[in-house]
Amino acid sequence: MCLISLYSQAASTVDIFEFSEASDKSRYQSLIQEFRCPKCLNINIAGSDAPIALDLRRTVYRLIVNEKMTDDEIRNFLQERYGDFVLYDPPLNERTWLIWSMPLLFLVLGIWWVFSTKIRSASESRIELSQSDRDQLKQILDDNR
Amino acid sequence: MRLSRFVIPLALFVTIVVFSFFGLEIQDRDKLPSALIDKPFPEFAAASLFDPTIEVKNDALLGRATLVNVWATWCPTCKAEHDELVRISEDTQLQLIGINYKDDPVKARQWLSDQGNPFDLVLQDPEGDLGIELGVYGAPETFLLDESGRVLYKRVGAITREVWSHQMLPFVDDI
Repeated sequence: MCLISLYSQAASTVDIFEFSEASDKSRYQSLIQEFRCPKCLNINIAGSDAPIALDLRRTVYRLIVNEKMTDDEIRNFLQERYGDFVLYDPPLNERTWLIWSMPLLFLVLGIWWVFSTKIRSASESRIELSQSDRDQLKQILDDNR
Repeated sequence: MRLSRFVIPLALFVTIVVFSFFGLEIQDRDKLPSALIDKPFPEFAAASLFDPTIEVKNDALLGRATLVNVWATWCPTCKAEHDELVRISEDTQLQLIGINYKDDPVKARQWLSDQGNPFDLVLQDPEGDLGIELGVYGAPETFLLDESGRVLYKRVGAITREVWSHQMLPFVDDI
């Protein structure tokens, strides 16, 4: 058993947790990058100095080492308690369907726009005459005959 | 051509209006909606502040509409809301349960004897583990539960008279 101090990406926080398995340590490091700190809005729990972020890192450690939870079980654990907010990748549900459907909407609009301008430029290349234009033209030609 | 000159600015305008309407309605961006609303209060077991040999469990919450208030002596906002909690305990039939969050029990008992104790029962959460179960990320936070222990409402931040009468009382009246 070795004592490992973990430096987060932001390097602002140093916790001392012991891991007997190297795989647990790498899971811990990747999971704490994944969750958003509830107190500080746009920092993950790895990079935050807020006391709640420390408590959540401790919780992630406990769930990995003591509770032997899988990564998905840990994600569910935090989501059930802190809501979708802690996940940077929010699930599709009744509150998020609009924002998730935006890319598809823009794709459809883009295709529509490309096609409509193509059709328009194709139709603009030749001059369309209305019935009255044709009658008028016929009249001019007849008069000149 | 004429159509798109009209439609594109109109679509942009409508988009901005709709998003402003919903976006500007969101008050207190730093306050997260609770994941516990309409769900049963989580299972817990915690020691009583005044008699640590007593272990309190969920059955303490059942049978009466209950206000669960997460507080600490290190929290200035808790001090600000204390008088309102005392008033609520005097003026309503609600059961008040305090969770003393990441605090020193000696200081907590002193605080309650100095300022009055609005709580029917106070639990200790020295490490904040119960707080994690409740999705607490600061103090004060307050949960309103019905008689069956279901969470109806959560307040992050101080309960003021205004918050009480406009946001909480409608739920209390429905119980």
